Amino acid sequence: MIFKNAELVLKDKLVRADITVENGKIAAIGNAGGGEAVDCTGLTIFPGLIDMHVHLREPGFERKEDILSGSRAAVKGGFTQICCMPNTNPVIDNKVVVSYIKARAKEAGLCKVHPIGAITKGQKGEELAAIGGMKAAGAVALSEDGKSVADTNLMAKAMLYASDFGLKCLCHCEDRFLAEGAVVNEGYNATVTGLKGSLRAAEDVMIARELLLAESLGLPVHICHVSTYSGVQLIREAKARGVKVTAETCPHYFTLTDDAIKTYDTNTKVNPPLREEKDRLAVIEGLKDGTLDCIVTDHAPHHEDDKRVEYDLAAFGISGLETSFALSYTMLVKTGVLTLPQLARKMSFNPASVLGLEGGELKVGAPADLTIADLGKKWKVDPNEFVSKGKNTPFGGREVQGQVIYTVVDGGIKYSLARGNRA
Amino acid sequence: MDRKDLLGLYDLAPEEIGEILDLGLTFKAALKRGEKEHSILKGKSAVILFYENSTRTHTSFELAAKFLGASVVNISVATSSVQKGETLVDTGKTLDAMKNDFIVIRHPMGGAPKLLAETVKAHVVNGGDGMHEHPTQALLDMLTLKEHFGRIEGLKIAILGDVRHSRVAKSNLYGLTKLGAEVRLFAPKTLMPDGLEREGAIVCSSREEAVEGADAVMGLRIQLERQKAGNFPSLVEYAKYYGVDENILHYAKKGAIVLHPGPVNRGVELTSEVIDGETSRIEDQVLSGLAVRMAALSLLNGEGKV
Repeated sequence: MIFKNAELVLKDKLVRADITVENGKIAAIGNAGGGEAVDCTGLTIFPGLIDMHVHLREPGFERKEDILSGSRAAVKGGFTQICCMPNTNPVIDNKVVVSYIKARAKEAGLCKVHPIGAITKGQKGEELAAIGGMKAAGAVALSEDGKSVADTNLMAKAMLYASDFGLKCLCHCEDRFLAEGAVVNEGYNATVTGLKGSLRAAEDVMIARELLLAESLGLPVHICHVSTYSGVQLIREAKARGVKVTAETCPHYFTLTDDAIKTYDTNTKVNPPLREEKDRLAVIEGLKDGTLDCIVTDHAPHHEDDKRVEYDLAAFGISGLETSFALSYTMLVKTGVLTLPQLARKMSFNPASVLGLEGGELKVGAPADLTIADLGKKWKVDPNEFVSKGKNTPFGGREVQGQVIYTVVDGGIKYSLARGNRA
Repeated sequence: MDRKDLLGLYDLAPEEIGEILDLGLTFKAALKRGEKEHSILKGKSAVILFYENSTRTHTSFELAAKFLGASVVNISVATSSVQKGETLVDTGKTLDAMKNDFIVIRHPMGGAPKLLAETVKAHVVNGGDGMHEHPTQALLDMLTLKEHFGRIEGLKIAILGDVRHSRVAKSNLYGLTKLGAEVRLFAPKTLMPDGLEREGAIVCSSREEAVEGADAVMGLRIQLERQKAGNFPSLVEYAKYYGVDENILHYAKKGAIVLHPGPVNRGVELTSEVIDGETSRIEDQVLSGLAVRMAALSLLNGEGKV
């Protein structure tokens, strides 16, 4: 199969060329001869996008999403690999659940799904989960997801033990005392809506703790969904002094501020909360200067029943897989913050290298994971068109630019805009 | 006033607030004459849906609707059942299906009345939602001030106490500043929320600064559990540094009045001497409450004449 006449996003530059795929691998990049071909004139090929922070809800919350529906949303959004967080029921804290998810993802047969194991059993923060067993079954990282391990000593031991198995801890940073009962960012908008806010410090003190633990132990650590200007600065300073830290943020943190909560739209309820303009600008600056390595969605699909309630009672989270690429392109590349190769790093190369996954780069011999987009195409976000079960997005009605036309996984077209999902 | 619901003063135009106050003054004068029978809401029904305990506000809304001629049903739901009971949206649909014309809602969570208003055809009146707004309380405070001073514009109002958790303070700030009053706020830093300067408040660093030259001093109710949450060391200390006593009232303008949304914790927000003293307008506020709620219900119904 040949993908003809496209603009290719290589690691450091753009080239116009064909990609020849054989046996699921990229066999050649350059001028291809004849053969079965997909005409990609006017389209741009990225290395298959990787979302290292996704909630697939299965097992346990299939009403919100399952592995098949989540995989469909992923390939529609251009993602060839996704990593799923452990806050399922049962929690991903042992090899059986890891194996179950891998098997279900294989049945779905769309994108590659990599489970992330919990740090502690049942995410209770008391005893280490079965880290070795989960690694053997295919877990690619550990995360307590949705909370921090409150016991600092246990967190230090988790980092140490995980390193024996080559696993990193992906840290959701939240001081549970500072964030107690909070549903939004502390500030003017919290005051006028009467909703309980949490200080930036609720996130920052835990970012600082994880950075100090990593520094003290000489181990790598990854900081999840950074939302504060001060958190970006903590990570920047840690990187400057040699701490082995990587970090991610999400499209909603560089696109929205907490002004969006004023309508009490529960689709704006997310954890960490939407912050203020100086945070949004700092997140963009962090992406630009390399402080923030990855763009992830924190895809958190919910049933309408979980959102059509009082703001305080609504579930946290945004269904993000189907809007991430377009929002990132629109907000970061169109505005000149990132070049296309830089965007590809944030959404593919860096997540692959943080987790040690195959892929992340268009090069001969790599898996033929390709995201093929029409960067000129403008479209309007319509949650009713989401294939995810979660229609919960604060971006409904927003005009964006950049649309995924094909998603190719191991050489097979798993999504085409014209034809929808293909198994 | 051309709107379906009364959810807060943040969104109201000064003219709308003025309209409610003017009609409120008319109703208050009528009430003073003992006139309680009106037919403005004859043939209409109102549900008083309270998810929080309240004697004063509940009774006030109930009497207001009854004096206007409406049939009134009371529903009290325990706060604890907000989470496990029927959803607010489903409750709203049920009440709407019964062809209710008004729903007065009090709820422990900010934004709940808005969610209800978006769900139902009935007029929704916010009887207090979480830390958000309590518009009719602010309107009754403004009515009391307007009757006493003959105006709102140019008045200096000091509001002291737990501003952070107070929907009363916020609604008063929005309403009073819209009508040209100056609002000074003073609270322990633990109980002062961010950003009210943006709404025109003067955030003061001492009681004296807040009360200096004030025309009215308003104490806010403190929930006793705020002490356990670490906001201040003891009620004694709270009363000493943040309460309203006769000494602090010496800083106010001569002839200044004292207001409180009630119920008062005697000796905490206000000393008993202040509560029972001649500057207190706390009982007058209660009658203003009845009148202003009658005005609000009438205007939502599209009737501005008594």
